[in-house]
This record gives sequence, C-alpha cells and structure tokens, in this order.
Amino acid sequence: MNFQTLSQLAVLCEERGLGIGALMLEEQSAESGRPQEQEFATMKEYYGVMKEAVHRGMTQDTTSRSGLTGLDAQRVGAYNAASEPFLGGPAGQAMAYALAVSEVNASMGRIIATPTAGSCGIIPGVFLSCQERFGWDDDYMVSGLFAAGAIGYVIANNSFVSGAEGGCQAEVGSAIGMAAGALTELRGGTPAQAIHAVGLALKNTLGLICDPVGGLVEIPCIVRNGFGAVTALAAADMALAGVRSVIPSDEVIKVMLEVGSAMPEKHRETAGGGLAQTPTGRQIMKDLRNKKG
Amino acid sequence: MRFKDVFSIIGPAMVGPSSSHTAGAARIGRAARQVLGELPREAEIIFFGSFAATYQGHGTDRAIIGGLLDFATDDHRLPDSVELAAEAGMDISFRQGTGLFPHPNTVRLRLVGRDTGTELTLTGISIGGGNIEIVDIDGFGVKLTGMYPTVLINHMDYLGVLASVTDVMRRGQFNIGHMSLDRKNRSGAALTVLELDEPATAGLLQELQALTAVKSVKVVDLNGVKQEQKGKESTP
Ligand code: SF4
Repeated sequence: MNFQTLSQLAVLCEERGLGIGALMLEEQSAESGRPQEQEFATMKEYYGVMKEAVHRGMTQDTTSRSGLTGLDAQRVGAYNAASEPFLGGPAGQAMAYALAVSEVNASMGRIIATPTAGSCGIIPGVFLSCQERFGWDDDYMVSGLFAAGAIGYVIANNSFVSGAEGGCQAEVGSAIGMAAGALTELRGGTPAQAIHAVGLALKNTLGLICDPVGGLVEIPCIVRNGFGAVTALAAADMALAGVRSVIPSDEVIKVMLEVGSAMPEKHRETAGGGLAQTPTGRQIMKDLRNKKG
Repeated sequence: MRFKDVFSIIGPAMVGPSSSHTAGAARIGRAARQVLGELPREAEIIFFGSFAATYQGHGTDRAIIGGLLDFATDDHRLPDSVELAAEAGMDISFRQGTGLFPHPNTVRLRLVGRDTGTELTLTGISIGGGNIEIVDIDGFGVKLTGMYPTVLINHMDYLGVLASVTDVMRRGQFNIGHMSLDRKNRSGAALTVLELDEPATAGLLQELQALTAVKSVKVVDLNGVKQEQKGKESTP
C-alpha cells in the first residue's frame, strides 16, 4: 500500500482524483497482483455474507451455546415497529441489525470479521440500514467496504485491532471509526471529511476496556455493537455537517496505541477484570464451568 | 506492516465467535496441519496467556482441531471438529503452558503424523482480526503469516544453498515477498521460509527437492483451497 497514515491517504485520493473506496481497490489490486474485478468480487461475496447474517439474526433463533444471549435484535426490531422509540427510524434499524449480526456470531454462525468478530455487527448494521434507506445498490456498498478497509488498515498498522492487545477501543472503537468514515464517503463527503469522521468517532471510545464475561464474545460485546452502529451514524453526521476533529485523526490513533499499551492485562480480553469480575460476572463464569462439568 | 491488505481488515469470512480466538486459531491449526503434511494421530495443544484463560468459551479448542482437519475459517463443521477428529482417530489433549510466551494469544502444538509418524512442534500467535504468525517450527525461528502461498525448505546450512534456491525461483518466475532463514548451528540443519506472490507449482517443489542439501519441502497455503459448502449455513 502506498499510504501508512490517514493524511497520506487523503493526499493520495486528491492526487488521483479518487474517493477512498476506489483508491483502496486500486491499491489492493496492486498489492495482491490480482485484477480489480476479482478483489471486488471477493468483497461482494463478503457483503452477501453480511446480509445473510443480518437476515438470520432478525429472523432465526440466535441463542448462544452458553444460553446467556440471543434474540435481542428481534426485541429491538419489534419495539421499533410497535412503539415510539427515542431513536427509532434508520438509527434504530442500524442498532437492531448490528445486534443481529453480533448475535449470529455469538451463536457460532457465519460472519465477516470487521475488523474482528467481536465488532462484526457495526459495519453490516449501518451499511444495510443505509442501503435500504437511500436505495444504494450493492456495488456502491462494496466500494464503501473498501473505504472502511482502508481506514482499518491504517488503524491496525499504527495501533491495534484486537482486544487482547489494546482493549475494546481497538475492536469496537476501530469498527466505529471505519464505519463512520465509510458512511461519510457514501453520503458524498470528501476524503478529508471522512477522515475527520474517523477521528471524531475514535475519540469517543478511547479507553474502552475489553472485559467479556466468562471470556465469551457475548457480554458486553453484543450491546456494544448496537451502540457502535448509532455512534458511527452520529460521527458521520457531524463530519458531513462540517465538524472537524481538531486533534488530527492520525494523532488520535496514536493515543489509542498509548492507552491500549498502558492497559492492564486484566482489561485485555482475559476476563480478569471489568464486567467479567463483577459479582454477577463471576457467578456466570462459575455456572458455565459447572455446566461443562 | 503487520496487516498487509484490505482482506486482513474486512475478513475473514468465519464461523464465530472470535476472530483472534476462533478464526486465528483455526488458521494456526491449519498451517500446522499443512506443515506436518498429513492428519495428526496425536495432537497436544498447549495454550498460553489469553488463549489459556478463555479457550473453551471462544471455541479455540474446536477451532484448532478444525484447522488440524484442514477446515477453512468459515467451514460450518468447525463447531463439531472435536467429535469429527475423534472419529478420525486423533488423540487430543489440551493443557495450559508455563514459561515465557511471545504474545497474549499463543498456542504451541505438538503433533505426530498418522501415516509417517513425523513429529512437529509449532508455535503460533493470533495477532487480531484472524491474522496469525507462526513464530517457531521445531525450534527454528520463523515468521509465517499464511497470507501468501508459503514454501518451507528444510536443508543443511551449506554455502550457496540459498543462491541455488533463489535461482530455481528466478527460473520459474516466482517472486519472493518475504524470506527468513534460521539454522541450529553453523553447517547444521536450517529452515528457510519463503512467502511467494503466486501459488507454488508441483514442478517448483520438485526442483527444490532435487537440490543438494535440501532435505524436505513443504507448502502452506491457507487461501488456496476455496471454502467448501459455500452458501450453507453453519450448524448452530
Ligand atoms: S469486550 Fe473484548 S471481546 Fe468483546 S467486543 Fe470488546 S474487544 Fe471484543
């Protein structure tokens, strides 16, 4: 890839007169040596898997093997339809879809890691709900995935994208940043605006620890995906409105690295602290062990 | 760069619940299976760090075994791999490792091949998003990501071995993206790992095998075989 930072990415986009998604497709094809059509087709297949996961999570039983989670997406969906929710509308839809995909993941169903499985609900959640709302076609959404990928590529190589290394800010936080930037571009924002959206979003999750109860990607992961979808929409709206990330997004990414590196091991996916070590969290872990015998 | 392309960020397609603890683990298992070159008869799986703390909840155990059965990360049979491996006659044990380890998500596999009795000890780390590195093979330090078709050459550490290897590559028009070499001692056993831009052909492997000082040649290709059962839902 010919860029290592988001500001380099913006400069390249300007030089070549391309959006982030189109630029990433070119760069990807150059990196892999495979034609652009082939890389695009692979990504389109992935988008198909995302759609399937949303559908499955909204219609089928997603009770996890532990029995701790499942069907919350359908609860939110039914509530959105029957009541007057605070969010409701497209944001409520995005939230329900994000929960749906995360629940499919927790029940050992098939998903696309974006960038990880723990955060797999956020991008499909906002992408599918926005596609329905704005009537975009699949190819347009796939170009959005390339844009999200370009942003994630920079975050991953300058910081981290796994809870074990950098806490939940690295997983859910990165996914929100990727989604926010991609949405900004899909709605006609410039690469510079998209990059502001990334910084705005990331600032909101700095410091978020990874503390899954019983070590399972269920509590709090699933609801964090629901919240994440809503935050991504908010960040994209701010960026499109002209709000800027005064601390440049590349510097925010460095802060994520600093904060994650300083995070104690108990807050990095080991289930040794945080929600996992609350009285209830510990009790759940004990029950799970006993269940296994 | 730790992450090299767009599909290391968006992807892999996988069976849940964890990209590092499930998909990454499956890829480490599959890489080990391909280095061994056959189905293992015995598999001792030693977990370190976060892997040790949470492997059951994330299905890391099932993922590793699925990998040893040569399953891709999105194979719907992954959740049932332990039972499938037992049926195939694999003797499996899991334990928690002690001592130093290179990464929070580390696993060491000790395998014995079913057909030839070949033994293999391999250490892998799962660095996030389903991406992995194999860092040690039978005591040789390596760096194998599984992102590219990879050729492993066991050879003696003679002057000029590497030159003859790269000469074979050049003649066959195979471009090397990354290369590492480690040896036990001077003039002793050595292992060279080559990450290629395109899949290795049978002809290439034969030519490498024929070089003096080369003991064996293995291939790891985690992307080469397209997923089976495409479009099918995974078992819940
Ligand atoms: S809490 Fe940990 S496991 Fe769960 S989504 Fe966040 S980083 Fe992933």
